[in-house]
Amino acid sequence: MSDPEVTDALAREHGLSEHEIALIGEILGRRPTFPELGIFSVMWSEHCSYKSSKRYLKTLPTAGACVVQGPGENAGVVDVGEGRVAVFKIESHNHPSYVEPHGGAATGVGGILRDIFTMGARPLASLDSLRFGSLEDPHQRFLVRGVVAGIADYGNAFGCATVGGEVTFHPRYSRNILVNAMNVGIARADQIFLASASGPGNPVLYVGSKTGRDGIHGASLLASAEFDEETDAKRPTVQLGDPFTEKLLLEACLEAMATGAIVGIQDMGAAGLTCSSFEMASRSGTGIEMDLDRVPQRETGMTAYELLLSESQERMLLVAEAGREGEILDVFAKWDLDAAIVGRVTDDGKMRVRWHGRVVVDIPVDPIAANAPVYERPIAEPAGRAALRELDLAKLPAERDPSGALLQLLASPNLCSREWVYRQYDQLVQSSTVLRPGGDAAVVRIPETERGLALTTDCNPRWCALDPYAGAQHAVAEAARNAAVTGARPLAVTNCLNFGSPERPECMWEFAEATRGMGDACRALGLPIVSGNVSFYNETSGEGAIPPTPTIGLVGLLEDVRHAVPASFRAPGDDVVFLGETREELGGSEYLAVRHGLERGAPPALDLAAELRLQKLLAAAAARGLLRSAHDCSDGGAAVALAECAIRSGIGLDAALPAAGPRPDVALFAESCARAVASCAPERTAELLGLAGEHGVPAARIGRTGGERIRIQPRVDVALAEAHDLWSRTLPEALG
Amino acid sequence: MSARVGVLMFPGSLDDRDLGRSFGLLGADVRMVWHKDTRLPELDGIAAPGGFSYGDYLRAGAMARFSPVMRAVLDFAASGRPVLGVCNGFQILCEAGLLPGALVRNRDLKFVCQDVRIVVEDPGQLRAELPPGRDLVLPVKHGEGAYMPDPDHKPRVAFRYVGTNPNGSTDDIAGVANEAGNVVGLMPHPEYAVDPLLGSTDGAPLLRSFMAACLAARTRR
Amino acid sequence: MKLRVLVSLKPGVLDAQGRAIEHALRDLGYAQVNGVRTGKLVVVDLDTDDPAKARALAAELCEKLLANPVIEQYEVLP
Repeated sequence: MSDPEVTDALAREHGLSEHEIALIGEILGRRPTFPELGIFSVMWSEHCSYKSSKRYLKTLPTAGACVVQGPGENAGVVDVGEGRVAVFKIESHNHPSYVEPHGGAATGVGGILRDIFTMGARPLASLDSLRFGSLEDPHQRFLVRGVVAGIADYGNAFGCATVGGEVTFHPRYSRNILVNAMNVGIARADQIFLASASGPGNPVLYVGSKTGRDGIHGASLLASAEFDEETDAKRPTVQLGDPFTEKLLLEACLEAMATGAIVGIQDMGAAGLTCSSFEMASRSGTGIEMDLDRVPQRETGMTAYELLLSESQERMLLVAEAGREGEILDVFAKWDLDAAIVGRVTDDGKMRVRWHGRVVVDIPVDPIAANAPVYERPIAEPAGRAALRELDLAKLPAERDPSGALLQLLASPNLCSREWVYRQYDQLVQSSTVLRPGGDAAVVRIPETERGLALTTDCNPRWCALDPYAGAQHAVAEAARNAAVTGARPLAVTNCLNFGSPERPECMWEFAEATRGMGDACRALGLPIVSGNVSFYNETSGEGAIPPTPTIGLVGLLEDVRHAVPASFRAPGDDVVFLGETREELGGSEYLAVRHGLERGAPPALDLAAELRLQKLLAAAAARGLLRSAHDCSDGGAAVALAECAIRSGIGLDAALPAAGPRPDVALFAESCARAVASCAPERTAELLGLAGEHGVPAARIGRTGGERIRIQPRVDVALAEAHDLWSRTLPEALG
Repeated sequence: MSARVGVLMFPGSLDDRDLGRSFGLLGADVRMVWHKDTRLPELDGIAAPGGFSYGDYLRAGAMARFSPVMRAVLDFAASGRPVLGVCNGFQILCEAGLLPGALVRNRDLKFVCQDVRIVVEDPGQLRAELPPGRDLVLPVKHGEGAYMPDPDHKPRVAFRYVGTNPNGSTDDIAGVANEAGNVVGLMPHPEYAVDPLLGSTDGAPLLRSFMAACLAARTRR
Repeated sequence: MKLRVLVSLKPGVLDAQGRAIEHALRDLGYAQVNGVRTGKLVVVDLDTDDPAKARALAAELCEKLLANPVIEQYEVLP
């Protein structure tokens, strides 16, 4: 089969702009070959090059005392003490999961796992942040079932516990669901591996599964163009994953790394062999020579173009120390995996690829990888956004039935029990899960140490839609608070930035505002951003974009994991303590959306200094053993937070929330920042309140746990059993 | 004297380290046994761990049964010494014919991970700390855990689910023993219920009972 | 030659997947559906061109590995 002639029209079909086509001519001084055109198109796709987002990402804080490796590698690395590091990242697999929910979500999990163990870490825990359209819509239910089963099938069979995440529903995600997968692994601090191809003469090895035609232009094109009528026709480009092979690949890679013969290693993810080889060479200032005929192949008759762009899963590229390649080949043979020497490192900064004895690619590495085009896209605040932030509480009808409002919120799709989702995930494998899903952050023990990590993902897209700057700040603050209520000290952040088309000024404005907010909040809270991913083009022609969704994944540290504090009550007769202050803030709240059908108003004011004080108090109180439980007040407000503590433990309560203005619904359902509800043994309440005073956090004993009812002043009084029933029924009834 | 327990490792085994670690915490002398080994080290008992051996492709446990190590395991079991199968290990022992019956897809077709309550009935050689009627709270995590008895072989029921049957297992059967009582398999995971930091500790008496059976077997020989 | 082997659950063994598909079809309005059973189709490529030998070998593979006689039945398709 001969390659098609490379014309400007063909280049445009590959998603390259006129400017980019001209630039290719300048770099090469000739027309590219067909395989070279393929390489340019994926390397310069939005997904691989970050060409629209780069200038904003550069403004984010990435340094900190704990940072061992910031953005730019497969994952970020932070020091967690006792000679261990945590390696973590969050990544999107949105478009593939919409096209084929089971396979798309599964390979999303597979991809993020490889990012972690490529660095030498054993994956310890996964989290998944999922956004769907309305739960009422049968197609969305199909997508939810498929995505959750895909995550479960891959993660469970691989053997990494899934311990947390989010699942929320909003009609604006109907045609563009979000599947953001996070993984955290642990390695010894002195055994981190990077994606480098140093040492000219060193052999380049291909290991893992054989290459097939799957997913050619998968991640790169699917993630770099918006949806249209032809999306269904793209179905074959979704790759399928094989968790069994990935598990073998994990064990083989860790064993091969232990030989000391590996110089650098890189996962073949988006754009496969192309992206991995260019990135490795670019980082080391070297070149690579490859012979495609040596690549293990699953199908016959594959072209150079196909071999270079295939996104077959469960493959790695690695560079070995010259003369020691045999040791590596032996390890992969032991695990019954393919491994082949496909090329070597050179010193001329060029990528040279042979196929059937001919040189089919001969291009310089750096102009393509490190110096890809960067764009400054126009930005413009969408018209009418400011008006949406106006909310006149005086015009909002008074809440006549606070008990009914609480029950309605507890049964609503965004606040009800997520057990239907997480019971399908293995939460326990590797014996590290101290706090299982369902609370605020999950807590896992760092193997062979006394330490623990608190893990969470957070974002409130409604707030981000109303005010992307404030919304992104809140995402950081809430993630930190969710870790803090377990007693952990928030340590570092990974982000997954899900937005519409960067070619539309309104979306680009949202992106600019959100990254500015995220940067400001991270600086104020001392949280470096060590890894992440940008997903643009989450929109469908004619139906508009998703709400801006800058998902934050956060890792916090517990020096003594035995002090981890669960979210729900522990025993009847404990005191209930309210920490923080409720303000008259109903803007953008779940209460307003569920009870009044309104999605407007300004998000709550954010006081990052108060957040920091609360975080420090929670860590100090947990270390002293003062907290029997602690739960963040966020979606649904203080009443929903208290009800959750009661429902999950089966222990009722009788408490009175501090008044916050004349409206009872404010005290119950406002989502003001920097608040938490805790329970504590009565004999230690005074000490807790004193400690709060020392930390400058408003605190009050507001009631006591126990009984069969949820009684919360003002005017909530419901049976625990009824609340439990409504809260736990919604997802099983909708999803089966 | 500590029990010498061999933990099998198949490609795709996932709970092998956890099972080994838990036996170790309880004082056993643990040896990991690779699936390609044809000879066993000196052992008093063998435990087959959970996971997805060979990806659970075809049927859970179907292919692990043909691993080189399994011939030695069959001989070991025939000698009357204790063999324990947990989750995928239970499935493998059924496929290998060491235990009667089979395990099929969960009733609702979904993987399930949750704590369940089981009651001890006739646990064969695992009787040291497991008197009939004793309740244990243990986690399950599996997609193919519904026990289906072989119509020609009525099983000795070792454990039954109480309250919630998580998978639609026939007669709430959670685990069975062979005729001789030296081979026991169950779907719940005792190895994840040993450390109080992680929840229930009801797995400890079960694993200790296995270790007691190991020591008894060594004394007999 | 290539042979197709159909492995399915024995009648009487609950086929949870078949039942779920049956419910889904009924929900889609196909009241005519009385029952659904599922199975696995395994295609084996054998090193022989003799149909009788090939069928005998395929049956042996089923007995040995492809089907679990406690719960499954098999059929070597024509």
